[in-house]
Amino acid sequence: MSAPAPASSTLLQTPLHALHVELGARMVPFAGYDMPVQYPLGVLKEHLHTRSDAGLFDVSHMGQLELRGPDAAAALETLVPVDVIGLGAKRQRYALFTNDAGGILDDLMIFNTGEYLHVVVNAACKDADIAHLRAKIGARCDIRVRADLALLALQGPRAEAALSAIARIPERIFELGFMQGDFIELAELDCLVTRSGYTGEDGFEISVAADDCETLARALLAVPGVQPIGLGARDSLRLEAGLCLYGHDIDTTTSPAEANLNWAIQKVRRAGGERAGGFPGAERILGELADPARVTRKRVGLKPEGRAPIREGVALHDASGRAVGVVTSGGFGPSVNGPVVMGYVEAAHAAVGTRIDAMLRGTPTPVTVVAMPFAPHRYKR
Amino acid sequence: MTTRYTEDHEYIRMEGDVGTVGITHHAQDKLGDLVYVEQPKVGRRLAAGEEASIIESVKAAAEVKAPVAGEVIEVNEAVVADPSLVNSDPEGAGWFFKLRVSDAAAVAALHDEAAYKALIA
Repeated sequence: MSAPAPASSTLLQTPLHALHVELGARMVPFAGYDMPVQYPLGVLKEHLHTRSDAGLFDVSHMGQLELRGPDAAAALETLVPVDVIGLGAKRQRYALFTNDAGGILDDLMIFNTGEYLHVVVNAACKDADIAHLRAKIGARCDIRVRADLALLALQGPRAEAALSAIARIPERIFELGFMQGDFIELAELDCLVTRSGYTGEDGFEISVAADDCETLARALLAVPGVQPIGLGARDSLRLEAGLCLYGHDIDTTTSPAEANLNWAIQKVRRAGGERAGGFPGAERILGELADPARVTRKRVGLKPEGRAPIREGVALHDASGRAVGVVTSGGFGPSVNGPVVMGYVEAAHAAVGTRIDAMLRGTPTPVTVVAMPFAPHRYKR
Repeated sequence: MTTRYTEDHEYIRMEGDVGTVGITHHAQDKLGDLVYVEQPKVGRRLAAGEEASIIESVKAAAEVKAPVAGEVIEVNEAVVADPSLVNSDPEGAGWFFKLRVSDAAAVAALHDEAAYKALIA
């Protein structure tokens, strides 16, 4: 037993900090911010509530940027293996900043407002991402860091009803499909709403002026069925959804093919496509796409036989006791009602159904490679 | 019946030479929702401070140590079946194991309730 260290006074705060404290959140340092890890409901119930009703997450620590100018989409394509030029107005797309070695610098969301690109990047990477963008494409487009914006996520099967309840025109919410968005008035505030999230549930991410964020959060929390949800449940929800956590499941050494993120690379950027390559690490990334035999390790889902959670860093061994991989995310999945694990294994052990051993506290513990997600996605297609 | 506490937030409640061991309310609150408990074998002889039960919360792994030396004479299977008992009733139904203790002085040397409360204040 040991108590966590007290929070440092140098931590940044989101615009909702006072509200988190008022709601009884336990605050912890995360990516330089003092963030709520859980509220009085607790991680388990917060997780289950998000899957059954609706959960409100403060994700204002994430970076929000705008790329403006006629060349912005083409410029951004030089940094991501993703079709940005072909991203229609009011559409959103998942993307990766890659490096020259074909690894991943960060994962991000790109939304085309029709007038400019609204980009959301991870909190821990945002300073590096901004420097990267400015250095590489700063001359080709106008890069605006929107530190004046906050970001909320509302996730779960009752998210649509809750959000439409505070929308001036509820139909504007209903008409959005998964990975679509628009400027929509909520609680008499101008918001940029996208139908997306990182829990595997239907839901929305809402960009709003930092000064208005608390008003919006309180309006949502006043809707029956909406509970505030902390980082603890956010992590177990994204893990059950089989989604990558940057710095854990993907990093500067993992390629998109290794990370099982080939789906994020549209045809137009692949070999033979109209705008094939032209992004950092294209040789390795497209080479692995064209010839899967080049991929030496793969990100897989793992299901333990027992109930003991298996966490990040645990070694994975084959039957002969040779190390063949490592766990990159793992914990208890409240909806699965058991441990859920993801990690990297040598390609020879990556097929669904393969049995290997997780070295849990030094003891070989059988785990089986399974298809992800662990909890089914329920996006509104 | 006396109850003593460790700096690692275990309690031991003595009845005769048998001590019931668990974690304090403060400890369960810090750990968050428990999802997994692994108990020591009955008959195992534990040294003072030796790791006995393995516990996992939604956030982290931890262990329950023997507050004093002793022999495990009973384990609480109810917390294995339902780890949330440790959160809901840590100092009651959510106990971990019972130790037969030979050194009463070692128990007396642990923190009493007032000292433990001062420790976590």
